[in-house]
Amino acid sequence: MTPIESSLRSSETSMLNVEQIRSDFPILKLKIDDKQLVYFDNAASSQMPKIVMDRMLRYQTMEHANINRAVHYLSETATAEYEKSRHKLKNFINANEDREIIFTSGTTDAINLVAHSYGRKFISSGDEIILTVLEHHSNIVPWQMLAKENGAKIRVVPINDTGELLIDEYKKLFNKNTKFVGVTHVSNAIGTINPIKEMIEFAHAHGVPVLVDGAQAAPHMKIDVQELNCDFYTFSGHKLCGPTGIGILYGKANQLNRMKPFKGGGDMITSVTFEKTIYNTIPHKFEAGTPPIAAAIGFGAAIDYLSSIDLSTIEAYEQSLINYATEQINNIPGIRIIGSAAEKVAVLSFSVDGVHPHDIGTLLNQEGIAVRTGHHCAQPVMQHFKVPATTRASFSFYNSMAEIDVLITGIQKVQKVFL
Amino acid sequence: MITKSLYQEVILDHNRNPRNYGSLDNANRSAEGHNPLCGDHLNIKINLSENLIIDSITFQGESCAICKASASMMTTNVKGKTQADAETMIKEFRDMTVGQLEPDDDHHLGRLTVFVGVRDLPTRVKCAILPWHTLHAALNSITTTSTEADDDPMHISIGNAS
Repeated sequence: MTPIESSLRSSETSMLNVEQIRSDFPILKLKIDDKQLVYFDNAASSQMPKIVMDRMLRYQTMEHANINRAVHYLSETATAEYEKSRHKLKNFINANEDREIIFTSGTTDAINLVAHSYGRKFISSGDEIILTVLEHHSNIVPWQMLAKENGAKIRVVPINDTGELLIDEYKKLFNKNTKFVGVTHVSNAIGTINPIKEMIEFAHAHGVPVLVDGAQAAPHMKIDVQELNCDFYTFSGHKLCGPTGIGILYGKANQLNRMKPFKGGGDMITSVTFEKTIYNTIPHKFEAGTPPIAAAIGFGAAIDYLSSIDLSTIEAYEQSLINYATEQINNIPGIRIIGSAAEKVAVLSFSVDGVHPHDIGTLLNQEGIAVRTGHHCAQPVMQHFKVPATTRASFSFYNSMAEIDVLITGIQKVQKVFL
Repeated sequence: MITKSLYQEVILDHNRNPRNYGSLDNANRSAEGHNPLCGDHLNIKINLSENLIIDSITFQGESCAICKASASMMTTNVKGKTQADAETMIKEFRDMTVGQLEPDDDHHLGRLTVFVGVRDLPTRVKCAILPWHTLHAALNSITTTSTEADDDPMHISIGNAS
C-alpha cells in the first residue's frame, strides 16, 4: 500500500463507521452469481436501508388510508404521517414553511410542474430561458416543449474542458428578455458542483427567478434553500435512500402562490361546480389526486436516516472516496477521466482507450460491479467531450475503499481482455 | 455465468481484426444502421449480382465489441450466399438472440451461435442484432434504419436503457 492509500484508508475509519452503515442496507450483501455486489450506480438510484423499508411496511400494515379525506382514525393517521414527512423535508433543506414543499413523483415531475405552472403563465414569445450544457435531459426537454409551444428561446451556458460552467459567459447571456434560469446544482454525468449561489445572486440582480435541479446534490451535501435564495429547488427520494415515485419541489411561497395549477383533480380544489372551481392553497394546489403516501412516509424515514449520519460527515467521507478513486484510476495507463472540475461530488466518469463503454459495463458486471454506461441522459455533455458515452462509477457513503480496489482491478481485467 | 462465455476468443478476435472492414467502391446496395440507445452506428455496403448473390460486402462504423464482431462474422458468413439465404440467416440470428431458436436446432448459423449468450443480457441484444438489421435494410434498399424504428421488421421491444 502506498502512503497515500494508507492515509486515505485511515481517514475512512475516523469519519464514519462504514461497516456499521453497510449492515443497514440488506442489498449490499447480495452476490451477483458468485461475486460480491459492488454497487457504484448511486447517481442513478441509491439503495435503501432496512429502516426505511420497515417504516413503509408499518404504514401499510397499521396506518394506511387515503389522506385529507375521512374523519376516521386511519385517514387521520395517514394524513398526519404524510404531513410529518413534509415537515422533515422542510427542515432538511431549511425551507421557511412546510407549505413550500410540494410532493411530486420526482425531479422530472417537479421541473415539468414549474415549466407548466410558472412557464406557461410568465414566459412568452421572445422571452429567454437560460440553461446550461451540464443539464440532465429532464431540465432541458420541459423547457424546449414550452419554447416550441410559445416561441420562447433557450440560451445555453457553455463549459470548459474540466467540465466547469463558464460563469462570464453565463453573465453575458442576460438581457431584457431573460425570464428564467434553470441550472443543475451538480452534473449527473461528470459530478461538477456549480456555483449556484453566485448564479442565483446574479439572476436576481436582473429580476430573474432560478430553478435548481438538486437531484445529484441533495444526496451528497447539506442544502439550505434560504441561504441559496433559490426560487425553486427539486430532488428525488430514490437518490436519497428513499423509494422511487416520490420527490419534492421546493418553491418560495410567493412564487408558488402566483403560479397556475399543474394537474387538475381531487385535493387541489376547495370547491367545484360546473360553472367555477376554486383552487386549494399551496401545497395542495399542486398535489392533485391521491399521492404515493407510503413513498412519501418512506422518504421522510430516509431523511431521518441521513440526518442521523449528518450530511457534512457524508460529504467529507465521499470526498475521500473520490480522491482515492481518482488517484488509483490515474495510475492505470489508457484511462481518460471525463470531468475534472475543482469542485465535484463523488462521481467518476471515464473512458478506457480502445474499449467501448458497453463492453466495460458488461465485463465489470461479470465481477459483480454495477456501473452506468451510456450518455447518462446528458447528451450535450457527451458532445462537449466528443465521446458517445462514458462509464460512470458514482459513490455513496456506504461504499468502501476496498470496493474501489475491486473496481480498479476490474478495469485492469477489462484492459487485459481487450489487449 | 453467461457473460463469461459471451466474450469468447472468437468474438474478441473479430473485434480486434474485423474482416471485411472498410468501404466498397462498386456497391449497389448500402444502408446505415443506428442504435440510438448507445449512439452506435454502422454502415454496410453490398455488391449484389444480377442473380441476387452477395458478391462482396463490407462494413464500417463505431460500435462496441459485440456489435463489431457480429458484423465481422456476419459478413464472412453471408458473402457468396443468395439474398434469400441471407434473409434466412437474418431471421435465424434474430430468433437465436431472443431465445426463439436454440443452437442445437436446425439452422444455417454455423459458428455464429457464439452470440447466443446475449439473450441473457437484454440491453446487449441490440448490439449483436444491429449489423443484421442493417444488412436486412441494405438488401431491401432501405437506406437508413434504427433499432428503435417503429416500421422496422426486426424491431423488438427490450426496454429503454437511458
